Amino acid sequence: MLKVENLKFSVPDGKEILKGVDLVVDDGETVVITGPNGSGKTTLAKAIAGVEKATEGRIFLNDIELTDMDVTERAKNGIAYGFQQPVRFKGITARNLVELAAQRELTESELCNILGMVGLCTKDYIDREINTALSGGEIKRIEIATVFTREAEIYIFDEPEAGIDLWSFNNLIEVFQELKEEKKRSILIISHQERILEIADKIAVIDEGRITGFGPREEILPKLYQSDIHCPGECDLPYSVKEVLQ
Amino acid sequence: MSQEIAKLTDNEITRELLNIVSDIDGELPADAAYNIREDSGCAARHSTDNIAIVGKTDGLSGLDIFVKSTTQGDRVFIPACITKSNIDELVYNDFHIEEGADVTIVAGCGIHTDEDESSKHSGIHRFFVGKNAKVIYLEKHIGIGLGEGKRIIDPVTYVELEEGAYLEMETSQIGGVDQSVRKTEGQLGENAKLIVKEHILTEGDQLATTDFKVDVNGEGAGVDLISRSVAKDTSHQEFRSVIVGNQRCTGHSACDAIIVGDGTVYAAPELEANHPDAMLIHEAAIGKIAGEQIVKLQTLGLTEEEAEEKIIAGFLSDH
Repeated sequence: MLKVENLKFSVPDGKEILKGVDLVVDDGETVVITGPNGSGKTTLAKAIAGVEKATEGRIFLNDIELTDMDVTERAKNGIAYGFQQPVRFKGITARNLVELAAQRELTESELCNILGMVGLCTKDYIDREINTALSGGEIKRIEIATVFTREAEIYIFDEPEAGIDLWSFNNLIEVFQELKEEKKRSILIISHQERILEIADKIAVIDEGRITGFGPREEILPKLYQSDIHCPGECDLPYSVKEVLQ
Repeated sequence: MSQEIAKLTDNEITRELLNIVSDIDGELPADAAYNIREDSGCAARHSTDNIAIVGKTDGLSGLDIFVKSTTQGDRVFIPACITKSNIDELVYNDFHIEEGADVTIVAGCGIHTDEDESSKHSGIHRFFVGKNAKVIYLEKHIGIGLGEGKRIIDPVTYVELEEGAYLEMETSQIGGVDQSVRKTEGQLGENAKLIVKEHILTEGDQLATTDFKVDVNGEGAGVDLISRSVAKDTSHQEFRSVIVGNQRCTGHSACDAIIVGDGTVYAAPELEANHPDAMLIHEAAIGKIAGEQIVKLQTLGLTEEEAEEKIIAGFLSDH
């Protein structure tokens, strides 16, 4: 179980991005965090993974406190994290990256299974560098593959749909469902995408650094569609309207 | 016929250096031609039906290597090993590649010093590549040993490619070389293609200089110069490349360097187009390892130090 308590994060100029977030992801549960641009979703995911250091609050995974751990230690303790904007490397291939995630050498068949999950053909991609020769969508799919490859307690994805074509997205949904239903893994996804919201067990709505709605999908999703969740900021518009405006 | 290194030289340091610079494991391929240079002498030499290796007869130290047009996929090994201090050698090796031949040449130099005096190898390799011939040229340089003496390697490569000829050169300096000045010059004929991939790692106070000068003289010819280097500690590297396009041709040079610690790098890619259809491009990027690259590998469970090592190893590997 992932437990986040009163998590706060401020940038150096003092602006508070996260204003005391509480969140629980139970074992085997899929939680989708949604909210307007700039609401703190990515910062929250990064703070959980240790990529950003929270200024206040505590984070626990299976009762082990992660708060003071660095990125490496959190990864070793069961956090798998996929970047919204994947990193490019000169000289590191898809094979290198996936094998680093697996922490061992992989057979061609294993590599084929892993890259196949994100709709990539192994022979075309496995020895290609993760650099500018690949499109943003291709690199994003390799990024997601590295996360799936890890043996983790919780899998965190930041807008996995961004930059991915429709065919690959369909594949992705199937893999999320497999991870959830067959492997019973906990998943935390940052997303605006309706089809991702629909596979959530629970949905958390975040706005201006605060959780403004959290509960079972059946309860939250209709409110999102009916614009019942209001932005707590100055505009006081319904969440969905505000998102459209942005 | 067995070509175990142990049967070719008694010198254990030579064996160690050979394994590194020739990327072998104690044995040369059975069908390969070779000349093993050891402390300015010849430890072993072997020619084949397709490849003849002959000592120079004009008073210079070095070899003439004749590759017949019947050569198809053969390999020739021309490593030079210096196993002690106080050696300063200048070697001339000329490769004469006949029309249509296809050969892989594995050269390179290793210097070992356990004393306080330096050793230096200057190798001048000239390639005369016939029409439509194909050459893969692999050159690895390394320095080992505990002595304070400098390990200095100054390789010079001169390439003449006739019509349709292809030469791909992969040169790497993988550590332990205190000073190096590598010069590569090329003259490219019609539809000829030259590819040079360079990988250099410098540490401590080592110095490495690279100078490329390629004249693309033939219609439809092309050159691609790719340098990747890592300058650690207080080491210094310089990269200069000049591509001159004298015909409708293509030319590309890319210098990517990673700085670790207080390393410094100077890069000056230069282009000269003397024909309206000469398409020439250069790129140069120098900087520290991007923090986000390290963090990505940390999210996979690597420590910061392990991540840095992986990034550097990948950057310097051949892809």
